[in-house]
Amino acid sequence: MRVRTVLDEAEVSRAVSRIAHEIVEANKGAEGLRILGIPTRGVPLARRLAERIADIEPGVAADDIAGSLDITMYRDDLRRGRLRAPEPTRIPAAGVDGTTVVLVDDVLFSGRTVRAALDSLADIGRPDTVRLAVLVDRGHRALPIRADHVGKNLPTAIDERVSVALREVDGSDTVTIASADTDDEGEARA
Amino acid sequence: MSSTLIRHARVLGGEERDIAIVDGRFAESVERPDETIDATGLVALPGLVDLHTHLREPGREDAETVLTGSQSAARGGYTAVHAMANTQPVADTAGVVEQVAHLGRAAGYAQVVPIGAVTTGQAGQQLAELGAMAASAARVRIFSDDGQCVADPMLMRRALEYVKTFDGVVAQHAQDPRLTEGAQMNEGLVSAELGLPGWPAVAEESIIARDVLLAEHVGSRLHVCHLSTAGSVEIVRWAKERGVRVTAEVTPHHLMLTDELVRSYDPVYKVNPPLRTQADVDAVRRGLADGTIDIVGTDHAPHTAEHKCSEWTAAAMGMVGLESALPIVMEAMADYGFGWADAARTMSARPAQISGLAEHGSLEPGTGANLVLVDPAAHEVIRPAEHATLGRNNPFAGIPVSTRIVDTFLFGTRVVADGELRGPHATARGGQWIE
Amino acid sequence: MIRHLLSTADLGREDAVRILDTAEEMSQVSAREVKKLPVLRGRTVVNLFFEDSTRTRISFEAAAKRLSADVINFSAKGSSVSKGESLQDTAQTLAAMGADAVVVRHPGSGAPARLAAAGWIGAPILNAGDGTHEHPTQALLDAFTLRRALAGLPASGPAEGDRARGAGLDGAQVAIVGDVLHSRVARSNVHLLRALGAHVSLIAPPTLLPWGVHTWPAEVFYDFDEALAAHDFDAVMMLRVQFERMHQSFFPNTREYTRLWGLTEQRYRRLPAHTAIMHPGPMNRGFEICASAADAERALILDQVENGVSVRMAALYELLTGDGTEAQQ
Repeated sequence: MRVRTVLDEAEVSRAVSRIAHEIVEANKGAEGLRILGIPTRGVPLARRLAERIADIEPGVAADDIAGSLDITMYRDDLRRGRLRAPEPTRIPAAGVDGTTVVLVDDVLFSGRTVRAALDSLADIGRPDTVRLAVLVDRGHRALPIRADHVGKNLPTAIDERVSVALREVDGSDTVTIASADTDDEGEARA
Repeated sequence: MSSTLIRHARVLGGEERDIAIVDGRFAESVERPDETIDATGLVALPGLVDLHTHLREPGREDAETVLTGSQSAARGGYTAVHAMANTQPVADTAGVVEQVAHLGRAAGYAQVVPIGAVTTGQAGQQLAELGAMAASAARVRIFSDDGQCVADPMLMRRALEYVKTFDGVVAQHAQDPRLTEGAQMNEGLVSAELGLPGWPAVAEESIIARDVLLAEHVGSRLHVCHLSTAGSVEIVRWAKERGVRVTAEVTPHHLMLTDELVRSYDPVYKVNPPLRTQADVDAVRRGLADGTIDIVGTDHAPHTAEHKCSEWTAAAMGMVGLESALPIVMEAMADYGFGWADAARTMSARPAQISGLAEHGSLEPGTGANLVLVDPAAHEVIRPAEHATLGRNNPFAGIPVSTRIVDTFLFGTRVVADGELRGPHATARGGQWIE
Repeated sequence: MIRHLLSTADLGREDAVRILDTAEEMSQVSAREVKKLPVLRGRTVVNLFFEDSTRTRISFEAAAKRLSADVINFSAKGSSVSKGESLQDTAQTLAAMGADAVVVRHPGSGAPARLAAAGWIGAPILNAGDGTHEHPTQALLDAFTLRRALAGLPASGPAEGDRARGAGLDGAQVAIVGDVLHSRVARSNVHLLRALGAHVSLIAPPTLLPWGVHTWPAEVFYDFDEALAAHDFDAVMMLRVQFERMHQSFFPNTREYTRLWGLTEQRYRRLPAHTAIMHPGPMNRGFEICASAADAERALILDQVENGVSVRMAALYELLTGDGTEAQQ
């Protein structure tokens, strides 16, 4: 297996800053913004985005806009696989009704996670607008879903693995891509 | 005139010798036998005698009949079984006991000896017609309310005294009813954890203690059915030292199984008296080995599937055991220096003596040719589904054993050959056990 | 992952904490716009009750419905002669109807275990109280309530922050008082409280303690006041005592029972300020518990009821999601 780094710490930081600016720009300020991370790694990303937005926009506190939205109980494959313990859903005290919710995840792949997040969000309240921010978009969508804010577009083969490590969870910030093992060594080297 | 010669049988597991049978009795020798059987490698024991069998007929023919129970007995190496009285109607009159004995002859696979109830309807209120049953064609000598305890001490005293008239014996099911109300299993650490109402050892021991004192006081014979606790063994040992005329019985399951099995809540392990602890199992094994416990009785208690395929608390109590008794006893007693002679003593000679069956329990020339040949080096597994009994409530399923019943001879007739039923004795066609 | 929930003895600390954590998330749902999760959509949960217990049945029903399951209530009380036959037939009927989980309440100890093992039905079995054996979800809701209280959080409802998540009940002093012998709640609690690290004291007259209780992982007191002097209890759980027990000579009469083992006004006033008062309900006011204790600020009795729904949602979630296969990427 061959592992290569796609984003290093500085690049992750720059991507987060850029997305934060994009969000504020698209929303014309921070008014009515809710930044909800999808566990696991969407949550610290959302927190960082909220903190960057608080830096940019005066009078905004990260605590008032950042939260988490667990999608475990909205997965379409809950009956199969291992038992999945639900993660916390923590919505800012003012709720989501009439707001602009930005869903945050680390990697956008099939789109199933985002589909589950939209369902989950609908049971919590009725935002005016829902947007999607991801650190990496690796393609291969299975559902009609696209991201509004992307840290990096990363064309991948279906059997490659994209791994996002974040300081809060993994100790450091890095995005790597691992190509799958193959019996054909020539192709692997190519 | 019919004759059989069994060659090279190891009698009671000892030296090889030939066994001659002429006209339903053992003989010194036979000149030109009608049939010769090579028993090389097999052990010969007197046909087994069970003092404690529930044949269910009359009344619960869906659970067992005298025929199926007798066939099960024959396949287990038994040539005589004592049919417990708790049938419907209860065997408390000469009519019922004669009917049971008759059904046994009509089946022709084992001699069926009826046990009479001690009290009318086993209700524990007044004595049944013990004299009439004793004088009947069934010649009842053992009386028992088994399933129920004769709990009233006065009634027990009277019964013990009364049966002296015809040298009878009262076989007591020792269970204090008040101490066991609603009881579901042995009272101990397991019952406490499982939340099942307990059946304490003291409920058995207190009745046995009372009864041996009563038997001593009135000079009567007492037989203790299926004793199951270490304390009961101690009481019987003490009574025998005092010279009390008491005999005691243990079942194969109390020699083998413990209450830990109840953790499965599988009703196949529900039985009365209940499975006890390992300490109790060790004590009854020692008691059987040293003679404190006289005999093994199966307490063969078939039940229909619907009485066992249920939750524990709704299930009936009881296990079948005729076809697994000898193999299980030999496994259970393997570490106690218990040989074939001990098996013959505890499962044939002594029970025959308690019941006064002169034609059973011995291989001596002149006595009834009741005999079982067993393979002592078999590699078998208990398979209840293949048993002749209608009851499938055998708790030993899957247990490996090294004893296999090969042939059973009932008054000279080979009713089981190579483990399979071969055909009944001539009594099934209206003949006598010995013509 | 556990297949059936029959006894808390089957739950390790990790399992128990996971279920309590899941219950925390379930408790958030009650504050939401839509008080429902799609987890068990299209699946059928059968409440099979061989014994009346409206409270427990409603709690399970609410839990299953909040998880979007279809719920069938099957009251099989009083089926006659061969109850066994009806248990088998009932189980096979439910299997044929496609029950995905069966919640069983039964007067006989071990009936849920038998259903789980007999092969009549393949669905997960959830013990909702069997005879005098166990009542695992009651113990879980007690542990949930106590964990909240120890973390200084509201004892029920959605809680701010994640202080309780991941925690056990380490070092907590818990008294269980009353008819331990006949109590399925006590048995389930002893196992679970120990697994979560609590110290358990059982307080009862010797007649109402199981044989061999000294081998249990609990301290045993015959004298309530002695126990109160010996420990600074975080919680006192009062068990329901049935009046009929006195007719079976378990104790002389209610007056003497209350005087010696009741949470009386005097004992209530002697409790430290932080001692939570718990009761699985329904209470016999004035018998095992005085009115002031039952209605006190620190009585968590209604919180226990409320938490029952969250904990039962978590239990259903635990049994009905995941099939143990490796997850697809």
